[in-house]
Amino acid sequence: MDRMDRRGFLQCAAWTGAAVVWTAAGGVLSSRVVTPVAAAEAPAGAFSFVQISDTHVGFKGQANADATATLQQVIDRVNALPTRPAFVLHTGDQTHGQKAGAFDTVAELLKGVKVERTFYVPGEHDVFLDGGKEYLERYGKGTVGGRGWQSFDYKGAHFIGLVNVLKYKGEGMGALGDEQLEWLAKDVGALGNSTPIVVFSHVPLWAVYPAWGWTTEDAERALGSMRRFGSVTVLNGHIHQVLQKVEGTVTFHTAMSTAFPQPAPGSAPSPGPMKIPEAEARRMIGVTDVAYVPGRQPLAIVDSTLG
Amino acid sequence: MLKLTSLVAVALAGILATASHAPAARPASVGIKDFTYGPAVLTVPVGAQVTWTNHDEESHTITSTTGAFGSAGLSHDETFTQTFARPGTYAYFCALHPQMRATVVVR
Repeated sequence: MDRMDRRGFLQCAAWTGAAVVWTAAGGVLSSRVVTPVAAAEAPAGAFSFVQISDTHVGFKGQANADATATLQQVIDRVNALPTRPAFVLHTGDQTHGQKAGAFDTVAELLKGVKVERTFYVPGEHDVFLDGGKEYLERYGKGTVGGRGWQSFDYKGAHFIGLVNVLKYKGEGMGALGDEQLEWLAKDVGALGNSTPIVVFSHVPLWAVYPAWGWTTEDAERALGSMRRFGSVTVLNGHIHQVLQKVEGTVTFHTAMSTAFPQPAPGSAPSPGPMKIPEAEARRMIGVTDVAYVPGRQPLAIVDSTLG
Repeated sequence: MLKLTSLVAVALAGILATASHAPAARPASVGIKDFTYGPAVLTVPVGAQVTWTNHDEESHTITSTTGAFGSAGLSHDETFTQTFARPGTYAYFCALHPQMRATVVVR
């Protein structure tokens, strides 16, 4: 590393996304470090997008007095990125417990993000009161059968948004269900093995900590449909902290919340919001910027915090 | 002193009246703390009113496994009250954190 110049380091950092993530989780790197490379040297077909998660608008407590304000700060951060992201993925829990007016507030704020469009998947906080009725009325349009899951292609990469919070009842964990799994198998069936795959859903598609419900019971079946691909990036939310795991060609990554951090798995009596001093909390909430460069795998995932 | 004694007597009479007329309506309560309902099994007489209070920062619900009753999301310090008119075993969970489970037994 000591013989590597800044440019060399940045290329290295962009290539090995995992190293960046872990460094960023320690508060050292921010997205501003990596993105100038993309701006200056991005080959044709390169693009970036942003993951925003767990905005929990409507939450008010010691862990965050104003979740709307911190979301606005994250949006300002996204709009200040030197390379404009193509789109935003919101990985759920837009609202805190479907508080009245929260969906409207989030929609209004996200209108201010300078991207082509925003894609959504629901979190359990968005659907638990009415089984997803309001969420699907707002965001079901254009999804498979209006059920909330969908896929799209962007510059050669295939994106898949999955819903794993509508079968939550009584199970204590996320679930996708047969219908969605069958659709998924067909959806990726015609794709070549070299197509980069990006999967996003709310609850992690790997067993982060089942005792707290931080897992999706039938995720293995979903991953089975994707094991043949050379690059699969799985982006989740729900657990309000950055965790990463690499399993063969599959990279799993969870994002911070824009509202409040949650404790590391098993490190507290419960997964409730962490009540910590504001300055410290700001280093534990934020946004994820993902850069895709053709020919380079895996994707570079960079988490940046508000503090 | 006489006045005080009579006040006590009135108060006692009040308690006795409440106790003798409506023993089944004695309020029962369940607290929610650290993602746990306490007590996990609450036994009450028929007609009892049970009140849940959420002491966590995170929201929780009281959701019957059969759909017999259910609350919205309770924020910190919010409460939900349900009256149990018939005997039975009522299992419930938190719709936001389904690993949270408990039971009300009505006798």
